[in-house]
Amino acid sequence: MGRQLLLEHIAEPGIETFAVYRKKGGYASVEKALKTMTPDQVTEEVKISGLRGRGGAGFPAGMKWSFLDRKSEKPRYLVCNADESEPGTFKDRYLMEKIPHLLIEGMITGSYALGAKTSYIYIRGEYMYIVGILEKAIDEAYANGFLGKNILGTDYSLDLYVHPGAGAYICGEETALLESLEGKRGNPRLKPPFPAVSGLYASPTVVNNVETIAAVVPIINNGGAEYAKIGIGKSTGTKLISASGHIKKPGVYEIELGVPVEEFIYSDQYCGGMLTNRPLKAVVAGGSSVPILPADLILKTAKGEKRLMTYESLSDGGFVSGSMLGSGGFIVMDDTTCIVRNLWSFARFYHHESCGQCSPCREGTGWMEKVLHRIEHGHGHMGDIDLLVDVAKKIEGNTICPLGDAAAWPVASAIRHFREEFEYHVKYPEKIKNPKHFAIEPFLSEKKLELVN
Amino acid sequence: MIEFSKEAMELAQRIIKRYPEGKHKSALLPILHLAQSEFGGWLSPETMDYVAGILNIKPIEVYEVASFYSMYNLKPVGKCLLEVCRTGPCLLRGADDVVSYIGNKLNIKPGETSADGMFTLKTVECLGACGYAPMLQCGADFYENLTEEKLDLLIEKLGAQPERSTYLKSFGVNV
Ligand SMILES: Cc1cc2nc3c(=O)[nH]c(=O)nc-3n(C[C@H](O)[C@H](O)[C@H](O)COP(=O)(O)O)c2cc1C
Ligand code: SF4
Ligand code: FES
Repeated sequence: MGRQLLLEHIAEPGIETFAVYRKKGGYASVEKALKTMTPDQVTEEVKISGLRGRGGAGFPAGMKWSFLDRKSEKPRYLVCNADESEPGTFKDRYLMEKIPHLLIEGMITGSYALGAKTSYIYIRGEYMYIVGILEKAIDEAYANGFLGKNILGTDYSLDLYVHPGAGAYICGEETALLESLEGKRGNPRLKPPFPAVSGLYASPTVVNNVETIAAVVPIINNGGAEYAKIGIGKSTGTKLISASGHIKKPGVYEIELGVPVEEFIYSDQYCGGMLTNRPLKAVVAGGSSVPILPADLILKTAKGEKRLMTYESLSDGGFVSGSMLGSGGFIVMDDTTCIVRNLWSFARFYHHESCGQCSPCREGTGWMEKVLHRIEHGHGHMGDIDLLVDVAKKIEGNTICPLGDAAAWPVASAIRHFREEFEYHVKYPEKIKNPKHFAIEPFLSEKKLELVN
Repeated sequence: MIEFSKEAMELAQRIIKRYPEGKHKSALLPILHLAQSEFGGWLSPETMDYVAGILNIKPIEVYEVASFYSMYNLKPVGKCLLEVCRTGPCLLRGADDVVSYIGNKLNIKPGETSADGMFTLKTVECLGACGYAPMLQCGADFYENLTEEKLDLLIEKLGAQPERSTYLKSFGVNV
């Protein structure tokens, strides 16, 4: 196992309490930052660390912090994005449940760097039991002088609150999140203005993912340069990966960026290999929104190089033969998986979650769901496959927020890499009457099928 | 006329104070959760009007929010709302089987409530438990790595002691 910066103490009994967390060195970053560093120095360390946003887009965190409008007279806010709704992703939940004080510590240190006096953790409403865990941890932090007025006797004061959402994937998009935090429907805003200039209550705001904020703690404790030593190139540090699907050991793993994909899937340290030792068919490496890759392309790039768990390596080959690290939602599928059925479930998800503001997204996701349903249930036409590609293309890049792209990419990539499976559905409807067809009879490529017949 | 319990009202006032002067509308989502758990697990028009009154906003501002978010029930539900995740990763690990097993056992389809008013079956999208699939949520609790045996036990347990999500519980207030 590589270095553990976030989950190092996760197995410690009682680590969810302030006392144990503190005994294990917790809140040292707050002491260091508030007593020995200026806010700009904290931001500078985050820049040096090369930390990239862990919510999905991978935007450099230090740079985002430096864009915050510090000249404005208005209050500034740090808002933690704990909406975690991207299918395949459950790392933030794990972190908040097991070691809530790490997030709170990161929020204090981060808020200090940004000059925020009030900060919020926006958490998806379905995580209601974690609201309780966070509320308790925050109360403990107040009681021990790490939140509230004059933290540790300095002149820095901060209030931190938890705010639950109520079931809407779109509220993970940062501007929709801010609308929701203002008590409105989660409709994404047109950008610019960016939140750094006009965010929560039209004030300068930084929105960061749970894991990004937690990573600030080791960065301040050990220095940004130390953090940057881990990983490869522009993929520095460690990353939490949520592993699910047909593997022996699903769960959350903290990896040093740069672990080979093959090792991640097959090593006992991580996923432990395929669930029933069947062959690997495909992987969605970064949450449902990123392109799906077939086994050969996830293990090796088109150039034949080993694929690594880094931002760069996973996107090598662009959308033709690559994918993205995204949120680190790593979904593994064996050869019993029906790609069409899986894609239909994702299409239904995006249709369900579209906020409805832009017609390409609202209508397009609906069409894609319907056409996929038709194909999946054996009523499709050959023309439907290209129709799907066409609809996906028309959505991509033509919407207010990236949910439209997120809905289009999985469709385009599944058809690119598994077209014959879609054609099989159209050609042999009688073979797919059973909704779990491929779970029973692993998909055979058409060539093999002819041999069987 | 409906009214919050004393504990719920105190909590509502505490929540409102978390937002800056004049930004009390921010408290709408949390207070709707509170109202839903206080008034029978769903938001009736009367409940929504009551919340509008507490926040001093127009009822339409409450309706448009309540209808946007999937956790707010605008129709009555059973004592236990069984929310089964059916998105990709759960599908890979048998979400369909969970839905049909519960459906057959309770003789209901997704969206329906059992004849005794005890259980409502609902399919939902990814709940952030994909590694522990298949799973369902009831109240604030997650039930993971489900099997038929576990479902039998769960339904028996919940039938005897229905569990409803309560926002108050998250604040350590027992009701
Ligand atoms: C449709 C959509 C859903 C998103 N969901 C999440 C989410 O659940 N959690 C998250 O941290 N970021 C999510 N994001 C990304 C956020 O908009 C934003 O980029 C992120 O919170 C920034 O934090 P980071 O820079 O620390 O990653 C989503 C984006 C889109 C377009
Ligand atoms: S792309 Fe979809 S989710 Fe995003 S703003 Fe437009 S309609 Fe809403
Ligand atoms: S897909 Fe079911 S919890 Fe994520």
